[in-house]
Amino acid sequence: MSEISLPESAKHTEHAGHPKKDVHGIKMGMWLFLMTELLLFSGMFLLYSAYRYFYTKEFHEAAMYTHTLFGTVNTMVLLTSSLTMALSITALEKGKKWLSVTFLSSTIALGLGFLVIKYAEWSTEIHEGIYPGSPMLFRHPRGFELFFAMYYLMTGLHGLHVLVGCGLLTVMLIFIVKGKITQEDSVRLEAAGLYWHLIDIIWIFLFPLFYLVN
Amino acid sequence: MADIALPPQDISVVEGSYLENIGKHKGLAAWLLSTDHKRIGIMYTVMLFSFFSVGVVLGILLRLEMISPGGKLFPPEVYNALFTLHGVIMIFLFVIPGIPVTLGNFFLPLQIGAKDVAFPRLNLFSFYLYVIGSAVILTALFVNGLPDTGWTFYVPYSLRTTTGVTVAVFGVFIVGFSSILTGINFLTTIHRLRAPGMTWFKMPLFVWALYATSWVQIIATPVLAITLLLIVISRIFGIGIFSAAAGGDPVLYQHLFWIYSHPAVYIMILPPMGIVSEIIATFTRRTIFGYKAIAMSSLAIAFIGYLVWGHHMFVAGMSQQADMIFSFLTFIVAIPSGIKVFNWVASMYKGSIDPQPPFLFVMAFMVLFSIGGLSGLVLGSLATDVHLTATYFVVAHFHYIIFGGGVFIFFGALHYWLPKMFGRMYNKKIASWDILVMFIGFNLLYFPMFIMGYEGMPRRYFTYLPQFETLQHISIVGSWILVAGLIVMFVNLIHGAIKGPRVGPNPWGGTTLEWKTSSPPTHENFEEEPVVIHEPYYHEEALTR
Amino acid sequence: MEQQTLTEHKGAPTSYGIYVLIWLALMALTAITAVVAGINLAAFTLVIALLIALVKSSLVVNVFMHVKYEDKIFKIFVAIAGGVLSVIFLLTFADVYFRR
Repeated sequence: MSEISLPESAKHTEHAGHPKKDVHGIKMGMWLFLMTELLLFSGMFLLYSAYRYFYTKEFHEAAMYTHTLFGTVNTMVLLTSSLTMALSITALEKGKKWLSVTFLSSTIALGLGFLVIKYAEWSTEIHEGIYPGSPMLFRHPRGFELFFAMYYLMTGLHGLHVLVGCGLLTVMLIFIVKGKITQEDSVRLEAAGLYWHLIDIIWIFLFPLFYLVN
Repeated sequence: MADIALPPQDISVVEGSYLENIGKHKGLAAWLLSTDHKRIGIMYTVMLFSFFSVGVVLGILLRLEMISPGGKLFPPEVYNALFTLHGVIMIFLFVIPGIPVTLGNFFLPLQIGAKDVAFPRLNLFSFYLYVIGSAVILTALFVNGLPDTGWTFYVPYSLRTTTGVTVAVFGVFIVGFSSILTGINFLTTIHRLRAPGMTWFKMPLFVWALYATSWVQIIATPVLAITLLLIVISRIFGIGIFSAAAGGDPVLYQHLFWIYSHPAVYIMILPPMGIVSEIIATFTRRTIFGYKAIAMSSLAIAFIGYLVWGHHMFVAGMSQQADMIFSFLTFIVAIPSGIKVFNWVASMYKGSIDPQPPFLFVMAFMVLFSIGGLSGLVLGSLATDVHLTATYFVVAHFHYIIFGGGVFIFFGALHYWLPKMFGRMYNKKIASWDILVMFIGFNLLYFPMFIMGYEGMPRRYFTYLPQFETLQHISIVGSWILVAGLIVMFVNLIHGAIKGPRVGPNPWGGTTLEWKTSSPPTHENFEEEPVVIHEPYYHEEALTR
Repeated sequence: MEQQTLTEHKGAPTSYGIYVLIWLALMALTAITAVVAGINLAAFTLVIALLIALVKSSLVVNVFMHVKYEDKIFKIFVAIAGGVLSVIFLLTFADVYFRR
């Protein structure tokens, strides 16, 4: 217990040359950040559950208006992007820089693909007259509007996270290409990967809540 | 005085202190761009106490309105703006960031023997988030007329009012993220950067308190963030998430709000509790009684504090079952607080007490915090709460806890650590008498509010019935005495920090690591990496007694 | 405690095969959820769907996010997150459940 040494990363960045990174510490920071992200979404999940409980019947009927096909395809897109993310880290750790770059690029591409599909889905729905405050929802019982308010809020916030994730991964991609993230120093890629997987997990729960209640 | 008992110290000027600029930046930029946790801590301190001063002025004006019934001083809208601003500034910009970002930033690495926090640049980033967020809040509140929602931004009113709620709430959101990032930084620091030999149970109790606080910060704040974001979106897009007209449930807003804001009370009070332990151990020359119990009760408070948010909502229309559950849990949270108070008192027993200013602050704290805590139980039980909720009783209760408990110890901690931060001492005699003045002023200001509240004086009203006039006047006079005391204190502290006599590394005979380096500390904190052998409050001379 | 890991014991990188295997499992589970939703199981539909979601997310957390191979402290973090979530839901529903 007591024979430990102070990690070098504690040095001031102001006047330290190239301090060795505290890999464990960086991952820890990322995990703690992921917890806050999870709690951020949990507020909305809580609202969803309460309203679902208040308006069980209406939520069931409203869920029929969402497009299960869009949802299922998007789930698969995001799951696959998680796979390529994990593969990209393994590739880098095995020293295969360009394989890692390929996997990471496909992750970003899949993430963008997810957003494109999401956009198509929203446009279809808005075209069908389904959006908060629309005359079409006004004709339905009150729970309908709440369902779609939650739908747009939660998938919207999630989509925002996908967008941020794509940006983050692009930065990582540039770092790998430029040799700032390497086989020896891959912790930043790993941390970004953790973030990407969390986005995936949140979608795993959004999927049954909005697409599969019929 | 007991100063004679202290070991002789080298009081020559310290070379290479963090107050001297190094690196490429000069002047103000050397501070504003510094990632040194000590400089960031000082910058936060300056910011926070600027906001505190504004909050105090607003508070004085709130009191002054009560000089006679009928609100002759300000019109009602101005009074609403005053209490909203007083609440928002004091809660979100002063007490919640409070001790962790100021003294926590400065002393956490010193107390665990580290050179800085785990992520120094993130630390500076948090500071700027805080600055930006507070600027957004303050400007937004005046964009569309005077703010009028109260600091809680309760729906449905906050969705309906035309004042600048949207942007203000977004500002609070930004400040919230500053708080989250600080929490992440501190947790990682405590996990990763402790000096060799410093096991968990050799950490100073202030570090334990910061640890518990940081957990609350990262777990509770996101819930507030999303809640406020929902207010913003609801206002911009007209989505009726919380509006009863669209089938929404305003009570759920209160749930989400208090899921954060009740634990936030523990963000305010846990760090002061840690500092109380530090000060008692130093000024009784004795190890703290029940070290592990105090350390664990910090975690227990953080945990149980998470379960009691519903006691803010007893009259909001919750189910009766929930009322009873939350009331029960509220009584339980008193237990770990009680453990702490008993341990502190027991620590003084047979200690050689040295009544220096920091210790006097702790004495004041004990009285005020106990009054505040016990009055909290009155509010925690359902039958009495129904009568007392939203009266002056509540106002008195939380001012006793947050101001009398938390902020008094904030002051005490400044008196305790100022010699370490600047290597200079303030006038101790003035400080000691001033504590007495503030203590008297405080009680004159807030104790009458218990009585008025009990007799039915509602809070947040610009006027009152003539029967309360005498008590209101006592309270107003109390506010003047308290402010006079505050002014003397700040002048004394600032003068001490700049012009006071120089002191050595350890003017109080403290035992934790921050006293083992120079005053003020150097940029790297320690000449050589400290190695911890003893438990934190190991007084050598105590063994020979 | 976590101090022991200060000397970075970075194991061999996880093999591609395991990841692909997990991905296949995730895809299969997604297909099952979609199919089960078609069958009318009344109140159980949602329960089953959420259970499957739970299994899927634990696969992601354990393998993709490496918690299975990481230090104990990360498992504790995940447990704390789960604990906090359940507390929030339980206590809020102490109100909501009795209020419908």
